[in-house]
Amino acid sequence: MARELWKGNNAIAEAAVRAGLQAYFGYPITPQTELLEYLSARMPELGRAFVQAESELGAINMVYGAACTGARVMTSSSSPGISLMMEGISYIAGTEVPIVLVDVMRGGPGLGNIAPAQSDYNQIVHGGGHGDYNAIVLAPASIQESVDLTYEAFDLAEKYRAITVILIDGSIGQMMEPAEMPPMRPLKTEYPDWAVRGMVEHPGERRVLSSIYLDPPDEEAANLRMLRRWQQVEANEVRFKGYYLEDARFVVVGFGSAGRVALSAVRAARAEGIPVGLLRPITLKPFPVKALDELAQRVEGILVVEMNSGQMLEDVRRVVGGRVPVEFYGRLGGIIPMPDEVLEEIRRLSREPLTQDGHPRDRWLARMPRSN
Amino acid sequence: MQTEIIIAGFGGQGILFAGQLLAYAAMDNGLETTWIPSYGPEMRGGTANCTVIIADEEIGSPVVRNPQVAIVMNRPSLDKYEPLVKPGGLLVVNSSIIDRTPERKDIQAALVPANDIAEQLGDRRMANMVMLGAFLANLPVLSIEAIEKALQEHLPERHHKLLPKNYQALREGARYLAEKV
Repeated sequence: MARELWKGNNAIAEAAVRAGLQAYFGYPITPQTELLEYLSARMPELGRAFVQAESELGAINMVYGAACTGARVMTSSSSPGISLMMEGISYIAGTEVPIVLVDVMRGGPGLGNIAPAQSDYNQIVHGGGHGDYNAIVLAPASIQESVDLTYEAFDLAEKYRAITVILIDGSIGQMMEPAEMPPMRPLKTEYPDWAVRGMVEHPGERRVLSSIYLDPPDEEAANLRMLRRWQQVEANEVRFKGYYLEDARFVVVGFGSAGRVALSAVRAARAEGIPVGLLRPITLKPFPVKALDELAQRVEGILVVEMNSGQMLEDVRRVVGGRVPVEFYGRLGGIIPMPDEVLEEIRRLSREPLTQDGHPRDRWLARMPRSN
Repeated sequence: MQTEIIIAGFGGQGILFAGQLLAYAAMDNGLETTWIPSYGPEMRGGTANCTVIIADEEIGSPVVRNPQVAIVMNRPSLDKYEPLVKPGGLLVVNSSIIDRTPERKDIQAALVPANDIAEQLGDRRMANMVMLGAFLANLPVLSIEAIEKALQEHLPERHHKLLPKNYQALREGARYLAEKV
């Protein structure tokens, strides 16, 4: 199939359709609304279910119910809407039913603004909902990658009975790039033996799905079962992309749009003779621990670039464990850093004596303008 | 090789569509491309701009501070982007409604009476095509024919009667060459 020019939100919607999406429930919010708008036409056209719910709470609980039937289901929102969904997300995790969730992040906290941000990293990667659960988090950086990962997200969700999140910032939702769509998959006709679909096909066998385990040993057993499945995710599903790492003495770590901006900066720094490479995590969870660990053994300095105040930075520091100096550069509030800003940080990393004293966030903050 | 183009003007001047046409033509010519709009609340009736990048390798940042090309269709856009164009870069100015000339001496500037030309052709809304024609005549990252083909393939069928006029607008614009730096 030929490449077509796709807007990110529409591309994710179409990729989900081709992956066999059977039901979508959502509520509009910028900069994600095109995804819902696209499916409002596309799903009925194919005889599939589309519901614009009365709120994000309604949407996530409809997703919960539909997921219990074993159907391929999805919802999408943007930061404040995702916060509203968190109770349902935890219930879905606790019930061990697969869903795909798209978060098109915008500036925050609170109502914030509609500009691109990566400030939901902690919320999505390190929980958000209550309780002991893990979600698979995929962070594409281009439209093609968004398409490919969305297509795969449903398989991952079903294989591990886990919530799979596509985490992008608003600019990926709004930008256009050429992308090739995968083939249309037939809708699933066979359902797992936990799916609640009436008793016609299994007379006498009562199936119950719930996230309630009143007896603590039962809850512990459920938690351990989920954790063992998560170990499999960690063993099998780590994804990242490396650029110019072979001879790198310095490395930039960034995901999504920040990773792309960093790629431009890394190329410009290479042109100046600075031996720097880029590690772009594609799975934020599971985090590419091994790849980063290997780099921490051989590089002289690491720069983390994010569109937040250093949320992934803490994961990088945890892996690096003080073996190599780590620096940070971030832009907040819905601002995409420009490549020249990151280039300046790479130059600083390569020429100034690096320190292990203090916290990289404090050093970055001291360089940021003070308005009051 | 990478070319960054910012197109800016009032909402309604066809800024976003002109950028999309470039992206379509780049894609159809086997190149990599990104198109990213400003999508903030300022879109409602205020200024509009988009950044298009055309490259022959995986594109890094979809945004740039210093583009190689700025196509400015109104005065606020000239004031904003003239200082930002890369040295040696190109500025395409809609001289029909911009009441000052560019000041920088280290970039090329093409002054194009885009609104007047479009009106002579019968529709002011084609000013964006005049500007695109002027841009490509001065920096041929894509051919005029490639834009014409993209128009034919991606303009909704109901507008196809306007194609010949649009082609003419592109070619009229292509007559405006910048002074070499």
